[in-house]
Amino acid sequence: MNKLWALKKSIWVYHVCSGSCNNCDIEILDCLTPKFDLERFGILLVGSVRHADVILATGSITRKALPRIKRVYEQMPKPKLVIAVGGCACSGGIFKNGYNIVGPYDKIIPVTAYIPGCPPKPEAIIDGVVKVINSL
Amino acid sequence: MAANIFYFIVFPGFLFTAVVGLLVSWVDRKITARIQWRVGPPWYQNFVDFFKLLGKETIVPRGAGRIGFLFAPLMGLIGVTLVSLILWQMNLDPQRSFMGDVIVLIYLSILPALAIVIGGSSSANPLGAIGTSREMKLILADELPFIMAIFTPLVKIGSLKVGSIITYQLNHGMMFTHHLSSVIALVVAFLCMQAKLTFVPFDIPEAEQEIMAGPYIEYSGPLLALFKLTRAMMLFAMPVFLITIFLGGMQFNGWAIIWSIIKYLVILILIILIKNTNPRLRIDQALKFFWLRMFPLSCIGFVLALVGL
Ligand code: SF4
Repeated sequence: MNKLWALKKSIWVYHVCSGSCNNCDIEILDCLTPKFDLERFGILLVGSVRHADVILATGSITRKALPRIKRVYEQMPKPKLVIAVGGCACSGGIFKNGYNIVGPYDKIIPVTAYIPGCPPKPEAIIDGVVKVINSL
Repeated sequence: MAANIFYFIVFPGFLFTAVVGLLVSWVDRKITARIQWRVGPPWYQNFVDFFKLLGKETIVPRGAGRIGFLFAPLMGLIGVTLVSLILWQMNLDPQRSFMGDVIVLIYLSILPALAIVIGGSSSANPLGAIGTSREMKLILADELPFIMAIFTPLVKIGSLKVGSIITYQLNHGMMFTHHLSSVIALVVAFLCMQAKLTFVPFDIPEAEQEIMAGPYIEYSGPLLALFKLTRAMMLFAMPVFLITIFLGGMQFNGWAIIWSIIKYLVILILIILIKNTNPRLRIDQALKFFWLRMFPLSCIGFVLALVGL
């Protein structure tokens, strides 16, 4: 119970990108800029997946990135959540039929929430994260 | 015996330092946020972060040296707790001082840095190893001028006791405002403290944008929480060390409390401002800075103290 309360107030995110067009990643960075200031909710971007509570995943997984994505997920300490950001991460998006695409994230690792959009606005990302927090 | 355990665990040892340390780290985050025109986190943010990390899974990576990996955070925590404990005991009652306690304090204040070296090098991660080697170089760089600077006022009064320097300053006024040598020494010690806290421009071992989290990279859960706590406590203990040696110590009778807090806050805000307005140096630049600039400067201060200024 108390653990959960602390987790809700302090979410550290780790950013994974595999075969995205990089636009979603820029929107994620937008969230962390002073204008949206996610730190006031306790959300921090961390550099190592060992410190993270949430993976923000963008892009649809490519063949080359597949083993790395699995490994990054396994390296994360429990409790762990994955949020798929952008159309590519949710369903494959415009790269869906690409020759080197293994699939969207939920085929490979458990995904907690989907934030659609191409790319989703920072408001949409914040809304998604808030919904995840409230559903805990 | 019971009293000693109380001193160590509650006041002025572990609990007190930890709570105040987490609070001042919040001040750090808040001021940083305000400088960047953000709102910043609420005051309890660091406590929440700490408790959240305590509830997470601890992972020991394959290939890591188990003992070093698990005990390093504890060692750093004990070091900084002892530093804070000794400093506060002496500020509360200068008579408790013993011969050579400054040397003990200087040794204990290296423990957190050594803990980072041990933890980082036993984590079996290449980025951790890079961070560790940088941390080691940084210790080598900042330790020498720091020791010289701390010893300058002690040479001036001719004693190796923290207690006697506190009583001297009570009777004769602050070292900083009365002696030129101490002014120089305070500047040197202040910059070395920035490196000991691994704050920008000397956050080379962690260097988030180049080597992720450096020595901390493989740490998760409670062990990471201990490291974060150690850093927060250092942010409280090290400025108190400088205040004790150069700025007349902390007093707690009547209005002196407010004066002590103001002294601490001024140092804290200076640290935060330097942190927020500087780029990160490379490790070779940091070495040059400490060995070729700060060390001669501290020597000058030392000589001035010897001739009695
Ligand atoms: S969802 Fe759109 S913006 Fe995001 S990575 Fe895919 S193509 Fe790019």
